[in-house]
Amino acid sequence: MNCPECDAMLKIPDDAGVGEIVSCPDCGADFEIASKNGTTCQLKHAEKVGEDWGE
Amino acid sequence: MPKIRIVYDRVRTEEKMLEEKAIELGHDTKMVDAKVTQVNTESKKNDFDFGDVVLERCVSYFRGLHFTACLEFLDVPVINKYEVANNCGNKMITSLLLKKHNVPTPKTYFSFSHEAALENLEKVGYPLIIKPIVGSWGRGVIPLKDRETADAIIEVRELSDGPLDRIYYLQEMIKRPPRDIRVIAVGDEVISAMYRTSSGGFKTNIALGAEPILCEITKELEDVCMKASKAVGGGILGVDIMEDEKRGLVVHEVNNTVEFKGLSKVSKKNIPKEMIDFAIKQAIK
Repeated sequence: MNCPECDAMLKIPDDAGVGEIVSCPDCGADFEIASKNGTTCQLKHAEKVGEDWGE
Repeated sequence: MPKIRIVYDRVRTEEKMLEEKAIELGHDTKMVDAKVTQVNTESKKNDFDFGDVVLERCVSYFRGLHFTACLEFLDVPVINKYEVANNCGNKMITSLLLKKHNVPTPKTYFSFSHEAALENLEKVGYPLIIKPIVGSWGRGVIPLKDRETADAIIEVRELSDGPLDRIYYLQEMIKRPPRDIRVIAVGDEVISAMYRTSSGGFKTNIALGAEPILCEITKELEDVCMKASKAVGGGILGVDIMEDEKRGLVVHEVNNTVEFKGLSKVSKKNIPKEMIDFAIKQAIK
């Protein structure tokens, strides 16, 4: 599928699941896989790293 | 068949490993996205499918903490408990609990205004390490080696003016080899330990590129870890330890939502399996 930001080709691994993050190799935007139905994925913009992120 | 749920906000390698292992072990396993889950004061346990036990694995500390409070409100067994998450998520609370329970820990100073923090630095002397009381991956952890650096860092904090920025956590700089030890404790057992060697600076976080090397679990290491785990309330924890030249092992941090991607590369034990087994045992209790 194509990057919703810059339209570059996004390669989403077959085993990638809902909640995982994919990054666009061209523009660097991060997307979260919101849903997956077979090979069709719905993407949403991933959250930015927050101050309270981590262990 | 026991039902285990993994609450996440971003699926990292660790959450995938936990899910895969739970399925492999034959448990009814589901992932639950905290970001789209709605809870209210009238909610009942049966309104949701939280299974028999939940592993709370949010990458956002405050999201995970508050989600845990909701799970406990619904009487859903959750690992770790709210109290444990709260104790570990705030470095000041962790330090106080470690000291209170006689766990060796670096000397740490708390100030509640920038003036008091600077006064303390002048009194105690440089260097001291300033750390944000909430935060991970080594962010904002800075050695204050002189007054000039301290003034600059404190001024930046004043400008950002976050509510937690007014709490100043200053820790002695431990004389140690350029590495620390990360131990994973699950319940009453130490599962695995690794050295995290600095990749240049003084920070040793795997997230910053530190190299994981397997560390032997000695009796001393095990004792210190178990004491630290008990001090914060127990559960599935990542205990961070430094090797002080004079005092031996000192615990400087206990992590609530422990990351183990690095350690699992060198660990003899299967870390996700140990975590899932522990969670299931808690559900059966």
